[in-house]
Amino acid sequence: MDDHHEHAHKADISRRRFIARSALGIAGIAIAPGALLNASEAWGLEVAALKPETMKTLVLIARDIYPHDRIADRYYAIAMKEYETKSASDPALKKQVEAFVARLDKSAGAGGYLGKGWEAERVALLQKASGDPMFEKIRSGLVVSLYNQKDVWPIFGYEGESFSKGGYINRGFDDIDWL
Amino acid sequence: MAATFKQDDDSVVVIVGSGAGGGTLGNELAQKGVNVVILEAGARHEFESFINDEWASFAQLAWTDMRTTSGSWRVHKNFPNLPAWIVKSVGGSTTHWAGASLRFQEHEFRAATTYGKLKGANLMDWPITLAEMEPYYARAEEKMGVTRTNGLPGLPGNNNFKVMKAGADKLGYKECHTGNMAINSVQRDNRNSCQQTGFCFQGCKWGAKWSTLYTEIPKGEATGHLEVRPDCHVARIEHDASGKVTGVVYFDKNGKEQRQKARIVAVAGNSIESPRLLLNSESSKFRHGLANSSGQVGRNYMRHMTASVYATFEKPVHMYRGTTMAGIIRDEARHDPKRGFVGGYEMETLSLGVPFMAAFLDPGAWGRSFTSAMDDYANTAGLWIVGEDMPQESNRITLSDKKDKFGLRVADVHFDDHPNDVAMRNHAWGQGKALYEAVGAIRTLPTPPYPSTHNLGTNRMSANPRDGVVNKWGQTHDIKNLFVSDGSQFTTGGAENPTLTIVSLAIRQAEYIADQMKKNAI
Ligand SMILES: Cc1cc2nc3c(=O)[nH]c(=O)nc-3n(C[C@H](O)[C@H](O)[C@H](O)COP(=O)(O)OP(=O)(O)OC[C@H]3O[C@@H](n4cnc5c(N)ncnc54)[C@H](O)[C@@H]3O)c2cc1C
Ligand code: SF4
Repeated sequence: MDDHHEHAHKADISRRRFIARSALGIAGIAIAPGALLNASEAWGLEVAALKPETMKTLVLIARDIYPHDRIADRYYAIAMKEYETKSASDPALKKQVEAFVARLDKSAGAGGYLGKGWEAERVALLQKASGDPMFEKIRSGLVVSLYNQKDVWPIFGYEGESFSKGGYINRGFDDIDWL
Repeated sequence: MAATFKQDDDSVVVIVGSGAGGGTLGNELAQKGVNVVILEAGARHEFESFINDEWASFAQLAWTDMRTTSGSWRVHKNFPNLPAWIVKSVGGSTTHWAGASLRFQEHEFRAATTYGKLKGANLMDWPITLAEMEPYYARAEEKMGVTRTNGLPGLPGNNNFKVMKAGADKLGYKECHTGNMAINSVQRDNRNSCQQTGFCFQGCKWGAKWSTLYTEIPKGEATGHLEVRPDCHVARIEHDASGKVTGVVYFDKNGKEQRQKARIVAVAGNSIESPRLLLNSESSKFRHGLANSSGQVGRNYMRHMTASVYATFEKPVHMYRGTTMAGIIRDEARHDPKRGFVGGYEMETLSLGVPFMAAFLDPGAWGRSFTSAMDDYANTAGLWIVGEDMPQESNRITLSDKKDKFGLRVADVHFDDHPNDVAMRNHAWGQGKALYEAVGAIRTLPTPPYPSTHNLGTNRMSANPRDGVVNKWGQTHDIKNLFVSDGSQFTTGGAENPTLTIVSLAIRQAEYIADQMKKNAI
């Protein structure tokens, strides 16, 4: 990670602090050598099948594809975790993922994808890669694995399940007051 | 008590599919004392087990068996194996459906006469008129408890409706209300009234919305004349040397091949599976599939001209609260070629939750333009546009080379928009945008059609056997004891959501079948 990114990342920290740190949902704070640590959000993800740098890149790719400034990295990590899990038993997938990240790194030049400190630079790289079947696989998987997390719904103001609360008949189905 | 019939009982009527068409026909026949076996490919999930969660509900109820697509429609690119969003479950798509229940307009039964010749459009008049349909529409409305009919009150307007109504007033639209919905606005028929949970598409856990699953089917079973066999996928229809159908071959829950004999077979698998079944039933006598002497089986596939408009506002809307589709504007449903197209369209409130919004708002899109719209989810209002699309011979269901788990060739769905569909969609997008901007929308988004929820026309009704597959009773022109009982009978699509018409046709067809059986004509 170059200074740019480190900087941008630190700036992000304060914005994301409001998200409760206890709700890990992923592997918990890992200490193994293959662990991917996110000190600012206090979580870690055990990475064994993929290279740790690859997983790190995937998480950033996920954010760059669907950037939501109010959503913490760990939700992107949860969304991308399946590549780590599946790669453990699917060598072909593992190869595809590593190769895709390697291609991205190559097109990024020195420092690779993670070395590009500005979102706009990385998005330009993704745009170039958008015809790549692996990009589309990641995007189409992510549109479910990110937005289908119940923990992110409140961030969008979506309340989810309502039957157990008796529907909205007494809970604001018609409470609009600004028309 | 639900009946059970023997597999070699050749006196029964076999119905394939338990949705709007099949479930209704089954009950109507059972009420008249006719013995019926409904074979349903999906499982039986009672309404208590429905799930207030979009993807989980989809996994529970939707048809996810392999289908393929082709053609220039965007669904082919974005959802190549999901041409349609319909159901495989007892109750069929009436578990997922939103409940909007509209009658066709008089001129829509006479599309060819009213619209004239349109290049590329295979328009035809229905062999029935609105006047003939009216008594059956009335019975369907009563059965389904459609609001604003038979003295039933309308549903209360939710937030999404209030935004629509304010915009409609600004634009000078005259006919805007909370819809004619097959959803209980008061307790009736031993079912709850709507509790505004907002998960109509996921199956109504209150049972307030009409579905054959908990209305027609148990009522039919109570007569002792109806047996519903879930998890039974019909593979083909068999016939004798004279060409009369004799029964069906199906795969049961364990994948075992079974055979059910029948006096009459009625196909109601929805407009993709019904033609697939007829085509897969080819034989040395009927080389191009059953009931296909016209070559029209699978052709003229219609999916309604659809689209959505979502709009974001400065302040919250919470569109997902309350009945999903209880809001309509009918002013654009008229036929008025001055707008640059024939036929018309309805505008109806629609809301998706965050998971489906992400998947369907602009399929394939990514980056900040997309995510900023998602960020405004709570401040978003939405409407769906549903209009008449043109039947085209080349829009069709064919058999793909791919096979399902039973080794049966799956359906390929080919679709290209007709220029009239495109012109209508552009007009509707423009009106939707204007409507929301009139009430202060900051951004409006034109959303392309979802995978088809309305699937129509692939076994169409015609006066002349040369032009279509079934006659005005849904009886195939070629085989007297073979019927089609779902939306695939539609000669043209009209602007209205189709289910009320499917149910009305099934009520009418049941009278005809019972009468013909009594006369020993079939
Ligand atoms: C999300 C959604 C919202 C909708 N909202 C509305 C609305 O507001 N208003 C409206 O009018 N319409 C609406 N519709 C459309 C409506 O659901 C359909 O028009 C209607 O249910 C079609 O009836 P059908 O009998 O043709 O088929 P279905 O109801 O789909 O039933 C067909 C059944 O046949 C079964 N089947 C298929 N093939 C076989 C086989 N080979 N063997 C055994 N069984 C088989 C299927 O599993 C299925 O259960 C909506 C649909 C969806 C998905
Ligand atoms: S909003 Fe009404 S009809 Fe829709 S699911 Fe809830 S209770 Fe049923």
